[in-house]
Amino acid sequence: MTVHVHYFARLREELGRPNEEAELPAGETTVGGLWQHLHQEAPPERLMAAVNQEQASLETPVRDGDEVAYFPPVTGG
Amino acid sequence: MAVEIHTDDFDPWEIVRQAETAIPANARGAASVFVGRMRDFNEDEDVTGLFLEHYPGMTERELERIVAEAEARWPLLGCHVAHRVGDVRPGDALVLVATWSAHRVAARDACSDILERLKHEAPFWKRETLTDGTQRWVEKNTPGF
Repeated sequence: MTVHVHYFARLREELGRPNEEAELPAGETTVGGLWQHLHQEAPPERLMAAVNQEQASLETPVRDGDEVAYFPPVTGG
Repeated sequence: MAVEIHTDDFDPWEIVRQAETAIPANARGAASVFVGRMRDFNEDEDVTGLFLEHYPGMTERELERIVAEAEARWPLLGCHVAHRVGDVRPGDALVLVATWSAHRVAARDACSDILERLKHEAPFWKRETLTDGTQRWVEKNTPGF
């Protein structure tokens, strides 16, 4: 399955890319599992995430075609 | 209810003036307005520039959700939220939250709630430029200030 991945702010700069396409075996993974698959390490502390532009946790399921975003704590206002 | 993302400097008071004309004059007993602007200092250092990143699409949806939840909780006659993105200069407006209600407590409490939730939930990120040209991402909002 294919998942569209976006990175924002400090994460985007540290990884050197704003987005990437992730190819995974068919089935289901989670936000945390997808990070592990892409980066070969556990998600960093205080990582925030969204699936299809809605707030998500590391346990949120990820399915084929989903848009998954990873970002640091938000600092608007 | 209106949610706006601005890529250029905006006049929050003009937005308030315009938005207020849409609310029945005889019913709007109370308006509460918060305007946040960029300072030229943060954490004891001089800041010359600020870049505000957002997540187009999700940011608007999150702001709309926060406002809708406030409208469900308080009897509001109107609500307007505006937020700046992109390159910002000291003194520019960063955020506007304006609420109207028949009575003061609903307007004031809703305005405060929307602002605090925006700061902790809406996807915006600040990167500061200091006087020596170095840049740093703001890691957290100043709690309780």
